[in-house]
Amino acid sequence: MKSCLIVDDSKVIRKVARHILETLEFEVDEAGDGQEALTRCEAKMPDVVLLDWNMPVMSGMEFLRLLRQRGHGDQPKVVFCTTENDMAHIRAALEAGADEYVMKPFDRETLHIKLQLVGVA
Amino acid sequence: MQISDSSSRILAGLLEARTGQQLTMSRRWRIETALSALLRERGIATLDELITILVMGKEPSLSQKVVEALLNNETYFFRDRAPFDVLQRHALAELAQRRAKSKRLRIWSAGCSTGQEVYSLSMLFAEEPEKWRGWTIDILGTDVSTGCVDRARTGSYSQFEVQRGLGINQMIRWFEETADGWRAVELLRKPVRFQVHNLLEPAPHPGDFDIVLCRNVLLYLSPEKKTLAFERIAGAMAEDGWLMLGAGETVIGQSSKLGSDINARGLYRLKGDGSRVEKRGGPDRRAAAGA
Repeated sequence: MKSCLIVDDSKVIRKVARHILETLEFEVDEAGDGQEALTRCEAKMPDVVLLDWNMPVMSGMEFLRLLRQRGHGDQPKVVFCTTENDMAHIRAALEAGADEYVMKPFDRETLHIKLQLVGVA
Repeated sequence: MQISDSSSRILAGLLEARTGQQLTMSRRWRIETALSALLRERGIATLDELITILVMGKEPSLSQKVVEALLNNETYFFRDRAPFDVLQRHALAELAQRRAKSKRLRIWSAGCSTGQEVYSLSMLFAEEPEKWRGWTIDILGTDVSTGCVDRARTGSYSQFEVQRGLGINQMIRWFEETADGWRAVELLRKPVRFQVHNLLEPAPHPGDFDIVLCRNVLLYLSPEKKTLAFERIAGAMAEDGWLMLGAGETVIGQSSKLGSDINARGLYRLKGDGSRVEKRGGPDRRAAAGA
């Protein structure tokens, strides 16, 4: 069973994403900001991180940069999942090491395909 | 909102008369959902009130709107992914050789809905520019829904639609931001065209298509109409062309003219003189004819 860490400050989004991921047979963990997500990754590296952009304490982008600096190569896969939906944000995320990008709102099919594209589903 | 049996029968009759599609019991549950936006838009309170207007013929344009709302337009880019790999590895690889002289390919996406399949096909060619340089690629998308065809022609998709099926790198490479969404770039739009067409009517460009895709469309037709649709499709295919159906769909027992391609799951070829094995590696018929 693959594991996914959902990083989002919205409980509602975490709940919706968890539901979808569990139907896709993922083991799911949650974090409410980038700092908490780093701590979770230190304890147990997930196969994929579903990452919001704007969060208190530490943003998704800051989390991603720190994560990629820690020398785990391209692991875990990181899928941004955000309302930042313009080309500039998408390019910035890819340059920082994101593997995929989901624009909110999304549905199960969209997320499933994105996870397949990064090789975890 | 409840719908009576007689009302659902009237809607089913309207849909079948206009499109040939059946509103089977399994699809009737979605009548209310499918028509709710139209009812709100027209200020019609109940489905039975809608049926009354339809039956009395007060608003002729309304019946077409109802039909379009009842159609299932579900689609997304590279739907099911694997069929596109099969097309690339088998049909397109072989056609690249067989049509090397004429350098012309015609593809028909029958029942293309809002066009995502057509633009996915266009991407297959755009992503291999060296291989297809100098070729004339003609990708026709048809659908029975005027609204879908109009939308497909624009090549414009909402944020929700554009990311369904596309990887992010593919999306930013082949779509540009617009004020209200994303639009396929000129390179993708150039080889594609769209027209309204009912699969039960004579096919566009009979005998010309190298590949016909008709995925998840025929399942809504009665067995008799399905047989007629297969006749139309077979008549549209080049002698050595391919038909691709959706997962779980087949020609077996429904067409005497088409048979499975033994080399590629999900692809079908014409039977008879267009012998599958013999034709492979043979001369380019259209090139020989000066096409």
